[in-house]
Amino acid sequence: MNAAPKRDSYDVVVIGAGPAGLAAAATAAEAGLSTLLLDENAGPGGQVWRAIASTPVTERSYLGADYWTGASLVDEVRSGGAEIIQRATVWSLDRNLEIGVSVGGASSFVKARRVILATGALERPFPIPGWTLPGVMSAGAAQTMLKSSGLVPDGKTVIAGQGPLLWLLAAQILRLGGRIDRILDTTERRNYLSALPHAFAFLTSRYFAKGLAMMREVRAKVPVVTGVSELAAAGDGQLATVTYAAGGRRETIPAELLLLHQGVVPNVNLAMAAGIEHRWDDRQLCWSPVLDPDGNTSVQGIAIAGDGAGIGGAEAAVVRGRIAARAAVDALAPAAAGKLAPMATLRASLAKAERGRAFLDTLFRPAPQFRIPSGDTIVCRCEEVTARDILDAVAIGATGPNQLKAYRRTGMGPCQGRLCGLTVTELMAQARGKTAQEIGYYRLRSPVKPITLAELAAMPKTETDVSAVVRG
Amino acid sequence: MTKLADAIIVGGGIHGCSTALHLCLAGMKPVLIEKDYAGRHASGVNAGGVRQLARHVAEIPLSIRSMEIWERIEELLDDACGFESHGQVLVAENDTEFDACRARVAELNALGFTHEELIDGPELRRLVPAVAESCPGGVVSRRDGAADPARTTTAFRRKAAALGATVREGVAATNIRKEDGLWRVDVGADTYAAPVLVNAAGAWAGRIAADLGEPVPVETVAPMLMITSRVPHFIDPVVILRGRKLSFKQFANGTVLIGGGHLATPDQDRNETVLDWRSLAISARTVFELFPVMRSATIVRAWAGIEARTRDELPVLGPSSRHSGLFHQFGFSLHGFQLGPGAGAVMADLIVSGGTQTRIGDLGIARFHPFTP
Repeated sequence: MNAAPKRDSYDVVVIGAGPAGLAAAATAAEAGLSTLLLDENAGPGGQVWRAIASTPVTERSYLGADYWTGASLVDEVRSGGAEIIQRATVWSLDRNLEIGVSVGGASSFVKARRVILATGALERPFPIPGWTLPGVMSAGAAQTMLKSSGLVPDGKTVIAGQGPLLWLLAAQILRLGGRIDRILDTTERRNYLSALPHAFAFLTSRYFAKGLAMMREVRAKVPVVTGVSELAAAGDGQLATVTYAAGGRRETIPAELLLLHQGVVPNVNLAMAAGIEHRWDDRQLCWSPVLDPDGNTSVQGIAIAGDGAGIGGAEAAVVRGRIAARAAVDALAPAAAGKLAPMATLRASLAKAERGRAFLDTLFRPAPQFRIPSGDTIVCRCEEVTARDILDAVAIGATGPNQLKAYRRTGMGPCQGRLCGLTVTELMAQARGKTAQEIGYYRLRSPVKPITLAELAAMPKTETDVSAVVRG
Repeated sequence: MTKLADAIIVGGGIHGCSTALHLCLAGMKPVLIEKDYAGRHASGVNAGGVRQLARHVAEIPLSIRSMEIWERIEELLDDACGFESHGQVLVAENDTEFDACRARVAELNALGFTHEELIDGPELRRLVPAVAESCPGGVVSRRDGAADPARTTTAFRRKAAALGATVREGVAATNIRKEDGLWRVDVGADTYAAPVLVNAAGAWAGRIAADLGEPVPVETVAPMLMITSRVPHFIDPVVILRGRKLSFKQFANGTVLIGGGHLATPDQDRNETVLDWRSLAISARTVFELFPVMRSATIVRAWAGIEARTRDELPVLGPSSRHSGLFHQFGFSLHGFQLGPGAGAVMADLIVSGGTQTRIGDLGIARFHPFTP
């Protein structure tokens, strides 16, 4: 399971083995297409079903019933004909549908007739004062440790932010005997009103009852402060205190661990590096790929499914994966499509899974002060660039994220903008009085994940290896 | 409506921006038109080499003039442009290459140029301690160095604008024509008119020249670069190889830029390039062999900028041989960054005084049109 791809080319290559990727690979393989599923993690499942095949957390109720639905999909893929490679890092994809992939320290290229990107979501940056201190981490990172290793916090712990995943994590930590001292809910009070028009759809979605039960479970055990409108972490080389303001009241509390989370956004790096067109999504406040109803992108032959196509949650991701794969089957082997679920059925399932999404997006729209920092707050942690540094660069002529690179090297570090990109776009948009769409995003480039020089040097030679006069 | 200017410059790369600035210094009010933004293409994303080393004899006088400007760049632009002068070193990997180096330096000396010096193995290893023991020597140009290309290009633009140039970014120059003795160019809803037109449109300049009846054998190319994670400081000068396509430079922050001219596939109309990782692997292999210290470094990013390369790999610089008031400044063929400051100064000489002290006679467009009067 950990060797390089067996062939040079496949009908379908699926990148990412979360809900969307597993569903896409299962569907494509079921139709008889040669299918390769590449995934960066040690096992399938993505973030939502992380360590589904290996978690030490065996008490099923701790992680919740939704978590365990992943197991049946993993079984479906494993018993189908798809070739699955774990710990496979895809570092390049281009419009010729050529994929550079690193497995076990060696890279190779594979060609695909269709590529389905299922690279999922990333946590939205949460750039408050002190967010780069040791002791401050993202809720997602904490959840990874919990699912993979059963590790939960046992020191003074504060969770701050908003969104369904924050409550899910809190519930999971508590069920596993972890410690949470306080939850600071940053949901803006006015969002409850704005979300009201979407409430009916949400009330009839399955997320409603589940969400309510989870919040009740957490509130019974942890003090929750709502309406938090300011937040800062402080400490001398290590987190010591968290200061917050809520309803006109300000308080500083001691903390050893601060978990931050304000929602997830599509992980666009590979898609953007492949030249796929993205647009700013005003409701989800992030970049989303421009897609047709089958998930096809602006680059012929590449589709996107799952949260990478716009945040929709795991249930929607599974259906989107099946839709994208079914569209690939329709294109490559129409005769085999008959054995798959009809497109109309899939679209109806998708509509059902997406019900309530507008409500969640509106209710959990992060407040401007938590998205757009000011002063000495760090924006780019790779290069230690503050909000003020960026405004100074704007003042001398940096008009967008790409020009900013020349002044401040933002986005040029190892994270390739994953931790600062949205902040930079919104900060520059605000400073210049433009929309995020007008300001744009970093031009992303492969390798989207670093590879070693030695690994690149070991790649197969070509006849173009000829000497020539040097010009640089 | 039609706006009058002293000169219209098409293209906001380092060449167009430098010409705009030098025209302003001469008291003119040019308008600079850039379809994207200044430094969007090759000028902003090249290796930043400030190199007199290993140039074709025909462009050495221009390179020397440029070097004088580089050495006072902060004074000129109020921005240091990241310029550092640690020299550039050409490495010979074997005796045959070293003999060629010796002949080259002798040739330059005979022509009166002294910026290139032959160096033996010990001096090579003093300058570039990490280089493989087997290399017998090379050539150094000690005043050379490197700068930050995007910062430099925007600094030229900023200073030109501060001195009175009109800079129009984000709108393409269209419908370029000469009417009633003036060059006219549409820019969105506006039309600019001027007695002088400078074609500094980089990869797009060939189309402009052809449309004006002066086709040049020029192709669009996209040389690739890649940059590594930070590694401990081990090298000061920029290094290029005599026999293989490689240029190599470590920045102050420890990252290493690897270039040398392997090409991506450009898509000019999309402003896009598709990288050729198989060729980048060749560069990686060369670095791997030459600098063992680099083997565990990671490649963080790779990219390519779109530019023009002429058939003889020399730029087209000077007046049109067909139209009065038209000047060409393009086709720098992967080595135009260092020439930018000097080429702008030369263009200003030509436009303002009708001639220049800098010998650029071999770079004129007429070399491609031997039968045109």
